[in-house]
Amino acid sequence: MKRILVMIAFLLMGFSLGPLPAMAGELKINGSTTVLPVTQVVAEAFMKDNPGFNFSISGGGSGRGITALIDGTTDIAQTSRWIRDSEVKMAVENGIYPVPFVIAFDSIIPVVHPDNPVDELSLEELRKIYNGEITNWSEVGGPDRRITIISRDSDSGTYVVWGDKVLKGDRMTPRAQMLASNGAIVQAVQDNRHAIGYIGLGYLTDRLKSVKVDGVQPTSTTTASGEYPVSRSLWLITNNWPSGDVLRFINYIQHPDNAHLIEEGGYVPIW
Amino acid sequence: MSFISSQKKDLFVHGVFLIVGASGIIILTLIFLFLILEGLPIFDVVSVRDFVLGKEWYPTDINPDYGILPLIAGSAGVVALSSAMAIPLGVFSAIYLAEIAHPKTRAVIKPIVELIEGLPTVVIGFFGMVVVAPLLQELFDLGTGLNMFNASIMLAFMAVPTITSISEDAIYSVPRHMKEGSMALGATHWETIARVIIPASLAGISTAVVLGIARAIGETMVVLMVAGGAAMVPESIFDPVRPMPANIAAEMGNVPFRSDHYHALFAIGLVLFVFTFLFNLLASYLSERHKQVGAATL
Amino acid sequence: MRSNFVRRRNQFIAFSIFRMAIFANVLALAVFLGFIAINGASAISWEFLTEYPRRSMTEGGIWPCIVGTVYISLGSILVAFPLGVGTAIYLNEFSGGGRWTRLIRMGIINLAGVPSVVYGLFGLAFFVLYLNMGVSLLAGSLTLGAFILPLIIGSAEEALRNVPQSYREASLALGATKWQTIYKMVLPAALPGMLTGMILGVSRAAGETAPIMFTAAVFYTGKIPTSIFDEIMAMPYHIYVLATAGTHIDQTRHLQYGTALTLMFLVLGLNLAAIIVRNRLQKRL
Repeated sequence: MKRILVMIAFLLMGFSLGPLPAMAGELKINGSTTVLPVTQVVAEAFMKDNPGFNFSISGGGSGRGITALIDGTTDIAQTSRWIRDSEVKMAVENGIYPVPFVIAFDSIIPVVHPDNPVDELSLEELRKIYNGEITNWSEVGGPDRRITIISRDSDSGTYVVWGDKVLKGDRMTPRAQMLASNGAIVQAVQDNRHAIGYIGLGYLTDRLKSVKVDGVQPTSTTTASGEYPVSRSLWLITNNWPSGDVLRFINYIQHPDNAHLIEEGGYVPIW
Repeated sequence: MSFISSQKKDLFVHGVFLIVGASGIIILTLIFLFLILEGLPIFDVVSVRDFVLGKEWYPTDINPDYGILPLIAGSAGVVALSSAMAIPLGVFSAIYLAEIAHPKTRAVIKPIVELIEGLPTVVIGFFGMVVVAPLLQELFDLGTGLNMFNASIMLAFMAVPTITSISEDAIYSVPRHMKEGSMALGATHWETIARVIIPASLAGISTAVVLGIARAIGETMVVLMVAGGAAMVPESIFDPVRPMPANIAAEMGNVPFRSDHYHALFAIGLVLFVFTFLFNLLASYLSERHKQVGAATL
Repeated sequence: MRSNFVRRRNQFIAFSIFRMAIFANVLALAVFLGFIAINGASAISWEFLTEYPRRSMTEGGIWPCIVGTVYISLGSILVAFPLGVGTAIYLNEFSGGGRWTRLIRMGIINLAGVPSVVYGLFGLAFFVLYLNMGVSLLAGSLTLGAFILPLIIGSAEEALRNVPQSYREASLALGATKWQTIYKMVLPAALPGMLTGMILGVSRAAGETAPIMFTAAVFYTGKIPTSIFDEIMAMPYHIYVLATAGTHIDQTRHLQYGTALTLMFLVLGLNLAAIIVRNRLQKRL
């Protein structure tokens, strides 16, 4: 408490004396809610190491982040999917040259309630559950109950990756309940015996059960090795090769010493 | 200061207030204008018919579909169900307050009911999520507690004070002599209420009901947090739905500006605007008529 | 005619239903308030109110949200109060009640019925994008200001109507101009009533979420706004985000309850203040 007060006093002094030279600065980061926990944890550490530095982090989804970068309203876009051709074209037309940096790897894993007897699903079964062909748990070895299907919002990078790698172009059933974050899916599935959802690897808790996909248990090892079929990279995208504060932050987040922060944020570090 | 200059000043002041006085209508026009400007471009991509009657809402697909029928159905379902709960509850409460309650009880309870109107809707939605949803899920053994039924309960909770407060005013303002006349003819209090007082205040009660429904149509946070968010045409009252306001609020935060999806959300806003506009017109019409009835009886 | 017994029984049944209806309302409110209060009280502490969120918002407090909410409600009243009072003065003191007045009234009634999320859309399209204010305190205040305008107009008009006509006549008879009459006689008499409306307006603005979602509020910003072009955190949006889009919803449950209770305290406290002001006024008149 005392330390906080001292810190607040310090900050207030900083305000009244004007920004401290050289240390002060501000970075705007916008985009994926999947990447947000990592950037937030790293930003907090970065601010501790650089007093007076400030971040404004918003999680509007990968698409919004890239649009903001193109509009010049953000310094860094955080995305959980690769930038689309149309977006690159639009960027170049606006004089923006997007440069992506991998900051972590992630698997998207199907999860169910721990009481659910189903331990394993094939990619094909997952596809049929999410496109609405399979509607009852008994069709995949569970109890005779309707499946409550939970999905991420259609704007999220996670939804896009799930659509590409699991649905393979099929449309998701309209019965799917669209939730706004990984955390919301965790909450929904842990409270619901009949639900299935998909989340980033880092969000797995003991109140959830992860389901093997095609016989592979999703772990950080199978993610790093590429064995687990539904995985992806997480990106930070900058305008042009970064310099100044942006460069310092990218170096900071990619630095092996800070790999534990990536893990804390829930993902597999690149080192 | 000469007489003429102060008259000029008065004219100037009048002009200023004329302009300020127009601010409401200017804002309303701007809202409508911007909904049209930002909403209409979607109809270059999809026809009005396919937009309103299309059953597929897949705005982010590579080949997107912008059919909002499931969203309209979600809104209609939630509003109908919540009206079924809120209208009797609201009107009965109003009758109790205006006719049966002791004046002192009325003085205490009416402000309490009206207090609900001031509650932040996000907190009501939060309550529906963390308290009502698990309860419903257990009680009815449902696939999910976040559904049309739950959202309707929460919306009814919000709409009741609107309905109660306005209908109570209408019932309370029924002239005393009408009531006394009926009682003097030997009717019981209940018979007087049913045959004299309610018919006399019906226009006011209808206004209250219409305003309550209008509020339920436009309410956002509750349906966003509680309705379940599935863009399907509901088959049962326990199905999750995605009413129009919820859809706008959930997706607008994530769309790239001036994309087709962005325009589609504004077009939904336009539909919503038109719906509530019509309901408000109906309410104004009813309350105008109410005034005439009141004058005729006096 | 049916027997007296049947008629009395019918009355009893009907009245019981009415009693049950009102009881259901009050009970629902009591359960609602009780639940938020009990769960929220344990979360609220001095630290909770005065600290910044930490560790991906699973710890720490809501200080920036409180400041943001206060700023944006005051900002919106700064916009809405002059416009609302001006409109009310025009309607009540200047206009003759012709077509133009009816149009203005229609506009206000319909403005009051516009869904809050549509205000959000409007604010995004007009203030944020078209006027290029960006997601900012300014854009949010203007949007919320438009949102509470009908409420301010309504209460200001009521306050003006309650000023006895004799005040105006006396002043005019003494040779004062119309503006002098309004400024020196009518406004001071109506001010307490307008104040009630102002407090209610602040309370409404503080609790509203949808109009600020796309115009002012962000998930996280580490600083208190220092300019009107800064983004803000706000309590209603904070509750929504933590409850539906947070990364650790269970761990932040106590923060959600705490924020909800703080917000309710603010909103209901302001409502209560408005009622007290109004009652004092009624006693005086």
